[in-house]
Amino acid sequence: MNPVNYLYLAALLFTIGASGVLIRRNAIVLFMCVELMLNASNLALVTFSRLHGNLDGQIIAFFTMVVAAAEVVVGLAIIVSIFRTRHSASVDDSNLMKL
Amino acid sequence: MNSLIPLLVAAPLAGAALLLLGGRALDRFGHWLGTLAAALSFVFGLVLFFSMLGRSTDQRPVHVQLFSWVPVNGFQADVAFQLDQLSITFVLLITGVGTLIHLYSVGYMAHDERRRRFFGYLNLFLAAMLLLVLADNYLLLYVGWEGVGLASYLLIGFWQHKPSAATAAKKAFLVNRVGDVGLSIAIMLMFTDFGNFTYLGVFGAAGQASRSQLTAIGLMLLLAACGKSAQVPLQSWLGDAMEGPTPVSALIHAATMVTAGVYLITRSHAIFDLAPDAQTAVVCVGAVTLLFGAIVGCAKDDIKKALAGSTMSQIGYMILAAGLGPIGYVFAIMHLVTHGFFKAGLFLGAGSVMHGMDDEVNMRHYGGLRKYMPITFVTFGLGYLAIIGFPGLSGFFSKDKIIEAAFAKGGTEGWILGLVTLVGAAVTAFYMTRVMILTFFGEKRWQADDEGHQPHPHESPSTMTLPMIVLAFGSVFAGGLFAFNSSFLKWLEPITGHSEGNSPLSSLTVTLLTSACLLVGVALAYVVYGRSPVPVTPPVGSVLTRAARRDLLQDEFNHAVLVRPGSALAAALVYLDSKGLDGFVNGLAAAIGGISSRLRRVQNGYVRSYALSMFGGTLVLVATTLLMRSV
Amino acid sequence: MSYLLTATCVVPAAGAILTAALPAGSTEARRRTTKLTALAVSAATLALAAVAAARFEPGGARYQLTESYSWIRSFGINFSLGVDGIGAVLVLLTAVLVPIVMLASWHDADPAPAPEGTFENRRRTQGFFALILAVEAMVIVSFLATDVFLFYVFFEAMLIPMYFLIGGFGDKAGGPEAARQRSYAAVKFLLYNLLGGLVMLAAVIGLYVIAQQQGQATFDLQSLTSAIADGKLVIDPTAERALFLGFFFAFAVKAPLWPLHTWLPNAMGESTAGTAVLITAVVDKVGTFAMLRFCLGLFPDASKFFAPAILVLSVIGIIYGALLAVGQKDIKRLIAYASISHFGFIIMGIFAMTSQGQSGATLYMVNHGISTAAWLLVAGFLISRRGSRLIADYGGVQKVAPVLAGTFLIGGLATLSLPGLAPFVSEFLVLVGTFSRYPVLGIIATFGIVLAALYALVLYQRTMTGPVKDGVRGMADLKVREIAVVAPLVALTVFLGVYPKPLTDLVNPAVNDTLSQVHRTDPAPAHPVAEPAGGEQK
Repeated sequence: MNPVNYLYLAALLFTIGASGVLIRRNAIVLFMCVELMLNASNLALVTFSRLHGNLDGQIIAFFTMVVAAAEVVVGLAIIVSIFRTRHSASVDDSNLMKL
Repeated sequence: MNSLIPLLVAAPLAGAALLLLGGRALDRFGHWLGTLAAALSFVFGLVLFFSMLGRSTDQRPVHVQLFSWVPVNGFQADVAFQLDQLSITFVLLITGVGTLIHLYSVGYMAHDERRRRFFGYLNLFLAAMLLLVLADNYLLLYVGWEGVGLASYLLIGFWQHKPSAATAAKKAFLVNRVGDVGLSIAIMLMFTDFGNFTYLGVFGAAGQASRSQLTAIGLMLLLAACGKSAQVPLQSWLGDAMEGPTPVSALIHAATMVTAGVYLITRSHAIFDLAPDAQTAVVCVGAVTLLFGAIVGCAKDDIKKALAGSTMSQIGYMILAAGLGPIGYVFAIMHLVTHGFFKAGLFLGAGSVMHGMDDEVNMRHYGGLRKYMPITFVTFGLGYLAIIGFPGLSGFFSKDKIIEAAFAKGGTEGWILGLVTLVGAAVTAFYMTRVMILTFFGEKRWQADDEGHQPHPHESPSTMTLPMIVLAFGSVFAGGLFAFNSSFLKWLEPITGHSEGNSPLSSLTVTLLTSACLLVGVALAYVVYGRSPVPVTPPVGSVLTRAARRDLLQDEFNHAVLVRPGSALAAALVYLDSKGLDGFVNGLAAAIGGISSRLRRVQNGYVRSYALSMFGGTLVLVATTLLMRSV
Repeated sequence: MSYLLTATCVVPAAGAILTAALPAGSTEARRRTTKLTALAVSAATLALAAVAAARFEPGGARYQLTESYSWIRSFGINFSLGVDGIGAVLVLLTAVLVPIVMLASWHDADPAPAPEGTFENRRRTQGFFALILAVEAMVIVSFLATDVFLFYVFFEAMLIPMYFLIGGFGDKAGGPEAARQRSYAAVKFLLYNLLGGLVMLAAVIGLYVIAQQQGQATFDLQSLTSAIADGKLVIDPTAERALFLGFFFAFAVKAPLWPLHTWLPNAMGESTAGTAVLITAVVDKVGTFAMLRFCLGLFPDASKFFAPAILVLSVIGIIYGALLAVGQKDIKRLIAYASISHFGFIIMGIFAMTSQGQSGATLYMVNHGISTAAWLLVAGFLISRRGSRLIADYGGVQKVAPVLAGTFLIGGLATLSLPGLAPFVSEFLVLVGTFSRYPVLGIIATFGIVLAALYALVLYQRTMTGPVKDGVRGMADLKVREIAVVAPLVALTVFLGVYPKPLTDLVNPAVNDTLSQVHRTDPAPAHPVAEPAGGEQK
């Protein structure tokens, strides 16, 4: 199977994630969309690793996973605490810092 | 002996300082303190005069250096005095008449609660005027020049609660300031031409300067003289200056300060002698003013304003004489001194009349006062005879000489000037006779004021009549004394120089012509005012009369040419400054603020839109990179 | 090395900190302690300044009592002070005026009843007097600095205390609208002057870079000027002109020169009379002083190149300021526009480049400071009595308060340069100095004296003479404290008008040195008096 097809899949996933980030208001969904984008890029990285025949891409994919895990921990904690105080997970409602 | 010279100035200056700073403690005897200061200065003047008389002619001028005033590289101004025949003449006139008027004011201002301050200002005036005539350089003269202007400002506006007095004071100062610009520029010209502005230095170097330079200096000095001496075109302040108390009008606006212009021109004779064009200008100014003042004097019903017109006209005579050059200098000064006597006497007489008539100034409300105020009538009458040039009295000798000098100028110019001065003499006789008839002769015409008070004309107290009597003596005898053996001529000639000129008419012819003019003037006035009762409300009169009542429209002219455009310009600039210059800056600020508040909207607080802009930005970056690579 | 000059700067600075740190509180006794402390500090500063001026020898080196401490070594920046004749008289002026301003503003910073919804500032009095001392310290450093960078820092830094003085303390009268006007004025003052300062900073750096390229990496004024004079430091004409403009712009904003003047009427109008005196008599003088010391010293050729243009601007300023003063309805703004006219004279004197002009300009700075302070402070006393700045609200004051009216008249007469009072000497010197090189400009400027008489006397006439107006009736005359404020100023105005020699002796050598830096000599008179007679006529 042509490895380039994996790249098409990665682009598709990335686009879905990006559209989700732009369109959805729910913080959890937003978060999942960000994860989707991260995974799309992981897939692209691994594919490139295969194409070029070296391990650089796979190493970077591991980094991304670690960062994504850390981000999920912090991000979910923030979302949960916002939900507790404001009873809403919508990102548009959090506008205290807005001028 | 010379150490007395600074004391001449110091005595009244100390008096002024004491009176103005002393506070209420001095209220009881302050006026006598002021009079004493003036008298002291007069005594110093007399001592110096007699010591000068005792010296030979070339030893007479003395010079006293006090201290270095403004020492800057290349610019040396000193406080130094020069006492010569010319300045001692002025010193005696100023302090003599000054002392008399101080004495008069003791009575005249007796009921004024601010009398102490009045005497303080009078002393300040004396100090400044003495500084003016004693200075040995133009810059120090300038100090005295503006100092008398200040004293005049303070005294014209002495009754400050009257808006008209405050306005008149400001007007006098402002018009004088225009003249002062002339003096400033003259000094600057001297400095750039000669590097010096002492009399000695400038007159010594004047011979090397070009004629155009000297003409420029001369014209600027003339401008200064016009301001101070109320000559056309800067004459408009003198009439209004009569708002001041009458002793002030006598001392400052008749006898001394207004003659400073004549002093300035005579003092600067070394410059004018070498600048014939400037001299012509001086003569023209003098001739025009002499007629201007006389015409105005004919129409005024206010006794002080009529006398003010007369002052203007008489100073016109002096300026004209000074413009004639060496033929006229001595006679200009001689007329100045005799005029000082009789005009001061006339003003004091007018003040005495006003004092008795509850400050009424309108001559149409006088009449027949000779019976009620005999001393005033006699002294005023002698002054009147002196000013019209009645043979044998002071004015006759001095004015006659000026008319003679005008003819002696020679050529067409001489004829024109001679005729102008003759016409002036006739008009003088006319308006002075009018004043005399309206005030002292005819039926009594005074009326009760609004509250029903009938004036009770009465003779003034002796502090007031005594100075009038002394001045009347001066009006009668001073001229004869000066003319006797040409003593005045011989006294001043070493300073101003003198030449006889070549008159087409003999001295006797001129005297006869003058006397004829005098007779015509008096007769005419008698015909108009003496034979029939004078109406209390003035008749409408001819166009000329109506114009003359309004000072030949001088204020209308100044208003249209200077005041209105000036205030319009100021208003326009105020608008431009806030809307134009400031508006530009504020507009810039507003523009920046507007742009910022637009840009602020981009930060709307929605994560989505930030993310969109990030995506957009990334896309643009990638696209550019790809495009650049393909190119 | 003596520490005299450092002490003169440090004493007010330390005093400012001390005053600010004094215990807060709204009791009368606490405020009194604060005021007396600040007054004592300013008196001590005056004493130090007087000692410094007395130790200065007019015949000696240009800069005396010099001190230098290393500050930022890698850029050759030093904390170096030195005094010349021009600096000496201006330091004296500052030191004399500050205690007088304090005495005049004695009650200006007493806590006003706090409006609804705001809290009372209990440190108001401490703040006001500490800010005045801070301004004094910074101004004195600017007058004494012989290091370009040091000068720049303090030239800019003094804006901050001035900003708070203008914005924080104004006439007691007036509600929210007055406060809005005041903060507008303060911001305008700050923005104008910061803009000027920014341009100057660029020029300062530019100068350093050029000097460094030629092996003269220093900010020291004396090293720079002597290097320029000796030809060791050659600045290309275009660069020199650009640098000159950078410096001059900052000074012209501060001075202020037409058309950069519009911040001054706002700042002087909205602030207290004391602050207005600090602005016009002290802070603005740093601008004109710096033109004389830095513009002419560092950029002699560019100064000569731009002199005619600057002279034209200053003559416009003279006439324009006077005309606007005539048109004003507000007493303090009138005085502000009069000051703009006077600054025109000062700048004209500096750039006429004659010894009369520059000596006159330096004297003018001192005399204008003293006489305007007298005029403005009396105006302040008047305004505090009636609670209005509008001329139309007054009339007949002379009748009820003769001493107030008399001192106000003296202030006005000094402003119109009456001979015998100090401003006349300086104004005439400036005019003569300008006339001898640029006759036409000199004559136009001379007409400024007519306009000066107009605005000064019209102001006096409208406020002081005529019938007594309603709001004026019962107005109290000057109190003892107020007389103590005005008396020394009036005495100085008279004394320096009659005997200015002590000042001219200090100033003349420094002016000679400045003129030789720009290679200018006075124009010789056409027919000098000393020349033997018989010269050819033109």
